[in-house]
Amino acid sequence: MPNTIVEVLNLHKSFDKLKVLQGVSLQIVQGEVVVIIGPSGSGKSTLLRCLNYLEEPTSGQVHFKGELVDPKSNLSEIRQEMGMVFQNFNLFPHLKVIDNITLAPCLVRSTEKPLAEERALELLKQVGLQDKAYNYPEELSGGQRQRVAIARALAMDPEVLLFDEPTSALDPEMIGEVLEVMKKLALEGRTMIVVTHEMGFAKEVGDRVIFMDEGVIMEEGHPNELFSNPKQKRTQAFLSKIL
Amino acid sequence: MRNKGYAPIFGEFGEGETILEFRWDLIWSSLPMLLQGAKLTVQLTSIAVFFGIILGTLTGIARLSKGPFRILAAIYIDVIRGTPLLVQTFIVFYGLPSIIHRPIPAYVAAILSLSINSGAYVGEIVRSGIQSIDKGQWEAASSLGLNNYQTMRYIILPQAFRRILPPLGNEFIALLKDSSLVSVIALEELVRKGQIIIGRTFRPFEIWTAVAIIFFVMTFTVSRLVDYLERRMTPHA
Repeated sequence: MPNTIVEVLNLHKSFDKLKVLQGVSLQIVQGEVVVIIGPSGSGKSTLLRCLNYLEEPTSGQVHFKGELVDPKSNLSEIRQEMGMVFQNFNLFPHLKVIDNITLAPCLVRSTEKPLAEERALELLKQVGLQDKAYNYPEELSGGQRQRVAIARALAMDPEVLLFDEPTSALDPEMIGEVLEVMKKLALEGRTMIVVTHEMGFAKEVGDRVIFMDEGVIMEEGHPNELFSNPKQKRTQAFLSKIL
Repeated sequence: MRNKGYAPIFGEFGEGETILEFRWDLIWSSLPMLLQGAKLTVQLTSIAVFFGIILGTLTGIARLSKGPFRILAAIYIDVIRGTPLLVQTFIVFYGLPSIIHRPIPAYVAAILSLSINSGAYVGEIVRSGIQSIDKGQWEAASSLGLNNYQTMRYIILPQAFRRILPPLGNEFIALLKDSSLVSVIALEELVRKGQIIIGRTFRPFEIWTAVAIIFFVMTFTVSRLVDYLERRMTPHA
């Protein structure tokens, strides 16, 4: 039996009167790469942001490794286990690349600085940027920044990685280098939840693709199946527009 | 020979000297005393700036918090900004002692009123600085497991302070000049020293000019210092 890492039960989220999520349930097991697709406004980013409570759900539950996520008690610990990569990178511009990566381990995990730096350099090597350790984020290209952001998330050794449209803010020629890193992580067996418009990535790397529309999961399945033989009308319409 | 000091001044007028002549020598001879006053001005202002930043940072954060501190901070800012520093100084120096039944030394009263005053203005500057930082910075920090305090301390405030350095510099230049108001409680800072010297020399034009020049040198130094800090705090040249 594979371990369930994240379990979502009947999640609802409204912004004022706007119902963004209308009852989403979901299970993600260890080592799984789940790709969430759907038109803009379908609630896919909101769903991802509800997992680590960057958005507090209006109702419903999120469980992490069987533990109910509760902002009053265990949220900070669980967030440490859910690394997140953002569309706009959100690197800390006042810190050098290496300090961006070591900050959280040093502060939150009380890792000793030299140890954290050693690990940071290792991670930078993994994403192909060890020569940029002592630069500021401002001095990097978009693709490089996003790879640093991935290294920063990895530095906490999270159980699961959340990607919120990680390539949407990138120039086309830089998308490849970021997807390459993500693919490598998937092959290492990392648990990943990826919101993206990169259908190629979904097909090639995804273990499961979830199609969301109007705040619910319309259809889900293995990428081969979902892309070549979508059952729902909505899924067909969306895919015909995008592929 | 002209007398260099400022004491036997009446004699000089008698010797046919015109009042129209600009007495540079008077500026030179009163300089030591004026600089003494300037020293106190700098002292008062530096200490008030120090407490002003602490008070202002707390106030700025409180303004953005939830709960009672938010309201307290708002009241503090409104009251201080809505009343003259002169009146605040009077309240601290003359008013407070009658309540606490012990005198407050002028030096302490001056630092108290200047700090409280500057804290309110700095509070608004800090608040705007914190609000100017992108929401994504909070999200990135909390997604890594940092708590609110850590995020504020290591992510938000360092960026906010870099951004508010220019208005902060303005505020401190204003404070340096406003500190002259505490001359009313008989603290012998720069302006008060000027008044004293004029009382002895009856040469207001020369002395006030000298006072103005000293103020200018001080404020100019502060503004250069802020410029330098701003450049140094920008990640790279």
